[in-house]
Amino acid sequence: MQTAPLFKLRNQSLGYGAQPVLQNLNLSIYAGEKIALIGTSGSGKSTLLKRLYSQQPQRCAIVPQQLGLVPILSLFHNIYMGQLHQHSNLYNLINLISPRAKPRQQIQALAAQLGLDTLLWHSVDQLSGGQQQRTALGRALYRHCPVFIGDEPVSSVDELQSQALLQLINQQHDTVVVALHDRELALQNYQRIIGLKQGQVVLDAPSASLSSEQLAFIYQ
Amino acid sequence: MTPHRTRDAIASATRLSRISLAFVVLAALGLLLADIEIHTANPWLELGRIGRGLLSPDFWSLELFLEALLNTFAFALLGVALAVPVGGLLALCFKWRLVRLYCAFSRSIHELFWALLLLQVFGLSTLTGVLAIAIPYAGIFAKVYAEILEESDPQAWQLLPPGSAGLSSFLYARLPQVYPHLKSYTQYRLECGIRSSAVLGFIGLPTLGFHLETAFKQGLYSQAAALLYLFFLLIFSLRSLFGRRWLLPLYLLGAMLWLPWQQQFDWGLMIRFISEDLLPAPLRGQALSDPHSWSNLGDWCWMLLTGQAAQGVVNTLLLSLIAMVATGLVTLLLFPLISSQFLRRPGRTAGHLLLVMLRSIPELMLAFVALLVLGPSMLPALLALALHNGAIIAHLIGRYSDALVLREDASRGVNRYLFEVLPRIYRQFLAFLFYRWEVILRETAILGILGIHTLGFFIDSAFEELRFDRALFLILIAAALNMGVDSFARWLRLRLQLSHFPQPR
Repeated sequence: MQTAPLFKLRNQSLGYGAQPVLQNLNLSIYAGEKIALIGTSGSGKSTLLKRLYSQQPQRCAIVPQQLGLVPILSLFHNIYMGQLHQHSNLYNLINLISPRAKPRQQIQALAAQLGLDTLLWHSVDQLSGGQQQRTALGRALYRHCPVFIGDEPVSSVDELQSQALLQLINQQHDTVVVALHDRELALQNYQRIIGLKQGQVVLDAPSASLSSEQLAFIYQ
Repeated sequence: MTPHRTRDAIASATRLSRISLAFVVLAALGLLLADIEIHTANPWLELGRIGRGLLSPDFWSLELFLEALLNTFAFALLGVALAVPVGGLLALCFKWRLVRLYCAFSRSIHELFWALLLLQVFGLSTLTGVLAIAIPYAGIFAKVYAEILEESDPQAWQLLPPGSAGLSSFLYARLPQVYPHLKSYTQYRLECGIRSSAVLGFIGLPTLGFHLETAFKQGLYSQAAALLYLFFLLIFSLRSLFGRRWLLPLYLLGAMLWLPWQQQFDWGLMIRFISEDLLPAPLRGQALSDPHSWSNLGDWCWMLLTGQAAQGVVNTLLLSLIAMVATGLVTLLLFPLISSQFLRRPGRTAGHLLLVMLRSIPELMLAFVALLVLGPSMLPALLALALHNGAIIAHLIGRYSDALVLREDASRGVNRYLFEVLPRIYRQFLAFLFYRWEVILRETAILGILGIHTLGFFIDSAFEELRFDRALFLILIAAALNMGVDSFARWLRLRLQLSHFPQPR
C-alpha cells in the first residue's frame, strides 16, 4: 500500500542567511511514525523541526526549545492558549478574566498528568525551568493535534519523568517527531532514529536495528 | 577568532567615539555662531532675589492657586486619557504608512502650537486645553506603543494554533507581555502631561503656568516659589495616585465635572478660520484659476522661506544640536549620583531628589527663569534644555548602570567610571540621546515664545499679528524639520546598531 508522506523534503537546503544549516536534505515522514532526531548541538535539528512545523502548522502541536510562554500569565492560561482557535473572541476574553468550569476541569486534569496540578494559578515566570517546560508541553497536548513536534521537550525533567512524558506524548499523537540528546530514551521510545551531523542526514534506521554504541559516532 | 572579527570589534568602539566627537565638534562650531552672551549687568542680584523668594514662599492666594493646580491636573488627566485609547488604536495600525505619517505629523507640532491653533476656533476653553494635549500625545503614544509591541517576544504569538482569532491572540499572547511596559510609559507620560498642562498657562489657559508667568514677570518670586512648590506636590503625589488605580475613574469623572464645558462653538467662525484665515494671503478672495494669484503665492512662499523660515530653521537646528550635546554632558555628570556603582544609599537618595526636581520643572519655566537672570540670548534656552533633558536621561542611565555586574576587584572612583562603567553604558547612552533629539528639537521651537529667534519665535509672532496663514506655513516647516531630524536620528541609531527602543534593564 502506497500512501503519500506526511512531510516530504527533496534536495532541500535550509538555513538563515547565506550559509545553509542543512544541505541537500531528502526525507519522507509518514503518518503514524514515531521518530527521534539525534545529533550534536548546531547539527541542524531545530532548523529541521521548524521546517516540518511550517509545512503543516494546522496539524502539528509544537514544543520549541525557547518554549514561547507568556511570562505574566498563569499556567492555566498558557495551556489554554493551545485551544485559542476553537473558541470565539468573547469566550476567550471571559476565560482570560474569569476561567469557566469546563476548561478549568480539562486543564486541571492535564496538569495533573504533568505533575503541575498544584501550580495552576501561578504565573509561569514564578516556575522552575522544568515546570515551564512541562507547561509548554501541556499547551501542545491541549491542542489535540495528530502530529507532535518537540525540540528537546523533556530536557529539563529528570530521567524517570522523561520516560513517562514521552510515553504520554506517544499515546496522544499519531505521529511524533522529537529531537533528543539522550540516546537511551531515543532507542526505547521511538521506532525510527534519524541522525544529523553537520547539516547532513548520516543515519536513518529503525531503532530495533540499532544499539546505543552504534549511535555514538554521531557525537564524534 | 578570525582577523575580520577583531577588526569589527575595534571598529564598534571607535565608531561610537568618532560619532560622539563629530557631534561635539559641530556643537562647538555652533557655539561660535550662536549668541550666548550674558546680557544682564548683574545676574547675581536677580539670582539672589529668586533665591530669597524660594526660601520665603508666599501662599497669599491659596484659593486661586489651588484652583490653578486642579485645572492643571484636570487638563493633563483628560488629555492623556483621551490620547491613550486613540494612540493605542493607531499603534495597532502602525504598519500603514498613512497612520505613521499622521502620527509623525501630529507629534511634530508642539502642544503649545496646537493650543494656539485650537484657540482660534474654540477660544480659551476646556476643549482647547484638552485637545492641545491629546492630539500630539496620541501620536507619541502610537509610536511608542507600536515600538514596544514590535520589541516584544513574538514567539508565543507565533506558536498559537493557526486560525486563532486576531483579538484573542492579541489579548493572550501580546498584551500580557507588553502590559508592564505600556503601563510604566503611560504613567511617565501623565507626568509629562502635567508639565504640558502647566505650560499651556503661558498662552492664557487657567493652569499653574498662567500664574507663574505673571508672578515671575512682576518679580513676585515668593509667589512664584509657592506655585512651584504646589507643582512639585502634584508631581510627587502622582505616584500614590497610581498606587490606587481603582480610583482613576473617579479622578477622571472629577476632572470632567471640575472643568467648565460651556462651549461656544461657532461653525461659521471655524469655516472662516480654515477657509480664509489659514489660506495664504495671496490666495484669499482670488480666483484660483488666475495664474497671477499663484505667482503671488510663489513670491509669498519664497519671502517666508528665505526670511523667517531660513533664520528660524538655522537657529532651531543650531540650538537643538548644541543642546543635545550639552544634554549628553549633563547626563554623564549626573548619572553617577543615582548609580549604585558609585554611591551608597543616602547619597543616592539626594541624587534622586535633585534629578526629580530638575526633570519635573517644565523646560519652558527653567528657560524663563534663566532668561530673567542671564538676559535674552540662546544661553538660557541651552541651560534649560540641557538640565531638563540631562536629568531625564541621567535617570534612565543611572538605573541601567545599576544592573551592571562588575567583578569584585573592579577599580573605584574615576577609574571605575572611565574604564568599567562608561564603556558599558555608552551604547545605551547614545541610543537614549539620539532618541531624545526629536524631543529637544520640539522644545527648542517653543522656546521661541520667550524671544529666542527659533522657528517658535516667528510662529508666535505670526499668531500675535493674527497672520494665521504665516503661522501655519511656519508650523508646517517646523513639523517637516522635526520629521527630518527624527528619521536622521533613527538612521544613526540603526547605523550604530543602537537598540531600536532602549529599555532600562
